[in-house]
Amino acid sequence: MSEEFKIEIVNPEKSFLVKDDVSEVVVPAYEGEMGILKDHISIISFLKPGIIKILSKSGDESYYIEDGIVEFKNNNLSILTSSIFNIADIDKFKQQDLLKQAEEESGKEEISDQSRYLIDQKIEVLKTLN
Amino acid sequence: MASLDDLKKRIASVKSTQKITKAMKMVAAAKLRKAQESAEKGRPYSEKMNNVILNLSSGISDKENAPKLLSGTGNDKVHLCVVMTSDRGLCGGFNSNIIKKAKSYFSKILSEGKELKIITVGSKGNDQLKRMYGDKIIENISFKESKNANYFDADKVGKIVIDKFENSEFDICTIFYNQFKNVITQIPQAQQIIPLNSEDSEDNTSEESYEFEPDEDEILSNLLPKNISTQIFKAMLENSASEQGSRMSAMDNATRNAGEMVDKLTIQYNRSRQAAITKELIEIISGAESL
Repeated sequence: MSEEFKIEIVNPEKSFLVKDDVSEVVVPAYEGEMGILKDHISIISFLKPGIIKILSKSGDESYYIEDGIVEFKNNNLSILTSSIFNIADIDKFKQQDLLKQAEEESGKEEISDQSRYLIDQKIEVLKTLN
Repeated sequence: MASLDDLKKRIASVKSTQKITKAMKMVAAAKLRKAQESAEKGRPYSEKMNNVILNLSSGISDKENAPKLLSGTGNDKVHLCVVMTSDRGLCGGFNSNIIKKAKSYFSKILSEGKELKIITVGSKGNDQLKRMYGDKIIENISFKESKNANYFDADKVGKIVIDKFENSEFDICTIFYNQFKNVITQIPQAQQIIPLNSEDSEDNTSEESYEFEPDEDEILSNLLPKNISTQIFKAMLENSASEQGSRMSAMDNATRNAGEMVDKLTIQYNRSRQAAITKELIEIISGAESL
């Protein structure tokens, strides 16, 4: 019995990543980080800004995402997100850029508590990146 | 009868038009490949999104308190129509097909005594609609600057629609776009996005129950606005593929027609040239005979 399952990450433009030898995925779910192993119960949740960690036979990977929905069913994990970056591709400039954008947004007056929470999360995660 | 010189000029002008249409066809063909590719790549996202929402909405027990984006406002008085067209012309029946579809829908709504509001995306649609329905158009959005359809633009349109919905400016929202079937065939579509019409989609919900975190309502109310943008994005991708396909076949036809015209004009040119020579010969011979 293998302990592996399939993951698919899609963004609106294309299917971003497909892997079928994943042993564990850690996703930043809305109410806290969540580790998903094989034979997890079917679940739908949505994500807050954070880091997805994918542990697989062919190597571990980390991605930074800003939002998304995660669905797990029959050992298929699908993640829908509109903004995802490979951590390895984020250099100092990119990180500063994203951070600046987020800070600008949090400076605005008229945003709801929920989006303020999400933006604060985003800033926090971005600060830990380097 | 046109003089030889006139014919020569016409042939030259038709030939240069043919060169332009040929070039446009090739450009469209290259762009079509790209647009088609991105339309195909974009499909998994909207399909998955649809699936998740179907699974969610079937899991909702309390239909009364379901989010309004899903169940509607309970009225159907005010209709909002988002008509998506291209920003450029010379693409055959592409824009007129959408407009035709939209217009027949408009007149149906108006004859039922309901209120109509229109948002046009793309300047060609606005040009065609503003004569008849100018007072109904509440917004005109155009993405002339962006080269390809991108999610950012779709999100902008989606946000406008949702804002208007939250201010209760309309009850039912329908989008009009061309679905890409193949290069020759594009099917104008009218798709209702608010409230979500779940009968349209195939029934592939599973019996399996999901665990939700946080609860269904909260997920749904976050997901539904995203779905609107996703559906609009899908429509934009289909539209851009259709536009290029339509332009390609229109330009192909134009090139062929220009070729036929050049042939015809060349025959006419040669005939009148021969006639002129014959006439001259007759004049010379009869002149010589009379001497």
